Amino acid sequence: MSDQIVIHPLYAKLLEKFPESVVMDERQGFSGIVVQAITLLEVVKELRDNLGYDYLSSVTAVDDFPEERLEVIYHLFKSIGGAPVEIKVFLEREEPVVPSLTPMYPGAELQEREVWDLYGIRFDDHPDLRRILLWEGFEGFPLRKDWKEPLYEEDTKPFKSRWPEGKGERKELLNPYKDNVQYPREFDPNTLSGDVDQAMYKSLEYSDDPNSRVLQTDQMVVNIGPQHPSTHGVFRMTVVMEGETIVNLKPVVGYLHRNHEKIGERNTWLQNMPYTDRLDYLAPMSNNFGYAITVEKLMGIVPTERAEYIRVMMAELTRIASHTMTTGFLLNDLGAYFTPALYALEERELILDIFEEVAGSRMMVNYFRFGGVVRDVSPEVLKKIRHLVYNRLPRKIDELDKYISANEIVRIRCEGVGVLTADDAIAFSTTGPNLRASGVPYDVRRADPYSIYESLDFDVCTRDHGDVFDRYRVRIDEIHQSIRILKQVLDRIPEGPIMAGKPQYVAKVPAGEAYGRVEGPRGELGFYVVSDGKPNPKRYHVRAPSFINLTSLAQMCKGAKVADAVTILGAVDIVLGEVDR
Amino acid sequence: MAEIDLNNPEIDVPAELKQQIAVTTLDRIYNWSRSNSLWPMMFGLACCAIEMICTAASRYDLSRFGMEVMRPSPRQADVMIVSGTVTKKMVPQIVRLYNQMSEPKYVIAMGACASGGGPFKEGYNVVPGVDKFIPVDVYVAGCPPTPQALLHGLIILQKKIEGEHIPDTRWYKKCVVEAIPIPILGPDIIDPRHFELIKEETHKPLPVVEEVVEGGETA
Ligand code: SF4
Repeated sequence: MSDQIVIHPLYAKLLEKFPESVVMDERQGFSGIVVQAITLLEVVKELRDNLGYDYLSSVTAVDDFPEERLEVIYHLFKSIGGAPVEIKVFLEREEPVVPSLTPMYPGAELQEREVWDLYGIRFDDHPDLRRILLWEGFEGFPLRKDWKEPLYEEDTKPFKSRWPEGKGERKELLNPYKDNVQYPREFDPNTLSGDVDQAMYKSLEYSDDPNSRVLQTDQMVVNIGPQHPSTHGVFRMTVVMEGETIVNLKPVVGYLHRNHEKIGERNTWLQNMPYTDRLDYLAPMSNNFGYAITVEKLMGIVPTERAEYIRVMMAELTRIASHTMTTGFLLNDLGAYFTPALYALEERELILDIFEEVAGSRMMVNYFRFGGVVRDVSPEVLKKIRHLVYNRLPRKIDELDKYISANEIVRIRCEGVGVLTADDAIAFSTTGPNLRASGVPYDVRRADPYSIYESLDFDVCTRDHGDVFDRYRVRIDEIHQSIRILKQVLDRIPEGPIMAGKPQYVAKVPAGEAYGRVEGPRGELGFYVVSDGKPNPKRYHVRAPSFINLTSLAQMCKGAKVADAVTILGAVDIVLGEVDR
Repeated sequence: MAEIDLNNPEIDVPAELKQQIAVTTLDRIYNWSRSNSLWPMMFGLACCAIEMICTAASRYDLSRFGMEVMRPSPRQADVMIVSGTVTKKMVPQIVRLYNQMSEPKYVIAMGACASGGGPFKEGYNVVPGVDKFIPVDVYVAGCPPTPQALLHGLIILQKKIEGEHIPDTRWYKKCVVEAIPIPILGPDIIDPRHFELIKEETHKPLPVVEEVVEGGETA
């Protein structure tokens, strides 16, 4: 990296157009432009309408405490591929307000709510600004640096009480309630209403237009979840229905909000690796991959060649495992109770065996390190993978496909259901198979290549109808492409070391920021990290694909029947660990 | 083994009738049949739920132990497998589900998270262990526990059930068992059983230490 800041031609254009209100972010290790809040909309409009940045990937914030400043960070992409443009807005910590981008990019809706929830940044003109991961009435904005959780010990790990002294004292015993809770002073529990959903129900009424009704019937509100077998975990949707037809729908999430980001900012860089496994627990290898390449960007190290091949191999195996499982469970949602899922799980088990052999654990692999992977794959494992790839998977996937694609009920239930047009899919920031099923050939492996994907031969699978059936078809096609990639990787994998340099237990990460992304099974999985040179990240944000894919759920479900909503949700393929983080 | 001895009354059966007659106690036959037809609730919370699904699938095959009938409704279930991280936002629902289960009912805390918070213990939205709210019968260690471990946990639960004795088990007594009060979402999660404690603590005068510091600054 050179010291001289080279201004990207795009940024130069913006600087020229908005000389008053746009400046470069000139801090060492940082990039992007800083825009004033009042001109944000103009700059973004210029980017979207004239410069082709039609895809808003991520919205997040950073707290610069003890400086009196909050930053809102936007990453925009072109849906035809390429590097991001990064926009920042600096705000005061007291009463921060920024205009909402939701009217321009509907895909920002849930992300802006998340920033409001965790940072307390208000978005003007947001259609429905409520807490999302926590509940209305929660005290404080937890991701602010000066907010302390009830079991707070120190700002950074390893905590002194455990290491090096190692005289652990259980923190909750010092808490007056002997538990992981805290209450504001003068709080009286008897004055509590306990009704946290009122605002949500109100927002449902607002968005419903009485003129659009066909029949003058009573509307009914039904909650599906959080404990419901068809919601794939603890997801809840609140549905307004007229008869059986859905008029409006709100996803309610946060039932598995495990505070990845707060914990991640206390952890050291390396300690976060096992936590990423638990984000999208159906695809742990991809999560490792995303985090590893992001931090490597910041550290400026390049993994060894063998490690790159191993990484790609594992990521593609994960994709196969995850897509087969999704396909099986989609059939569950259609009412083919559990038998097709058993077929899918059978293949997944074989892939998990491989993970167990290389990483030591079936699900929580914790396999990647900065600069490589933690253990080498033995020739026996390669033989097993070769057997799977050449002899078993193609046959089994075809078998599964044959049973499903030719099934009349599946086709009637899936075709033309939950349609999302290409324009809508881009506007809603949809990613992954959902985006490609709408006919947009956008795959991070091709659009913004990382690792060795550039040298590999594979197709970006698309379909044109954007319905549930096409989402399923795209997944099956992608499994075949993954098998194709695996064949190439198996033939070319070189011998050599699996780690660049010596293994480090404390990663030294220079100050700066990085946004890295990979194409996970559910779409663009992004990590935004900021370092201030300390052993732990200052900001650790996960751009979770399935969380953002939920933004378009209401759009897809309107006009459908309740039973279809379950199928549509199944085809969106959410994993709650990632949605709620 | 003590329970098994207790349940084997020493009554001699003539040799020629051994094939036709088995003598046992009510406890034993009743517990034997119950423990071999446990119906778990189909209820997944997080990553551990995936391993629970694998346990139910063909390779590990829960149904060998008579537990394959996963019921989505709490009313029809005997055992609740808390499979995953219990968050503050979710715990009211979990307590409600537990209350809705009909007795006899059992709880298995599957994995580190459900047992004690696991890797997310210090999180502000995490309940460090489901046993803060509902009674747990068996804890299964692991993150996630392998399907074998979960099976082991279920077998331990069967053993526990086999040792039960009708006269002194809670649910066969005449007294009414109170439902567990549902936690409330306020500024933080509130257990209604702790109302008084919370009120007392939040209305305490500020600790003296801080006053000394302030005094020091002004002086
Ligand atoms: S114990 Fe581990 S695998 Fe289970 S829910 Fe917790 S983090 Fe996930």
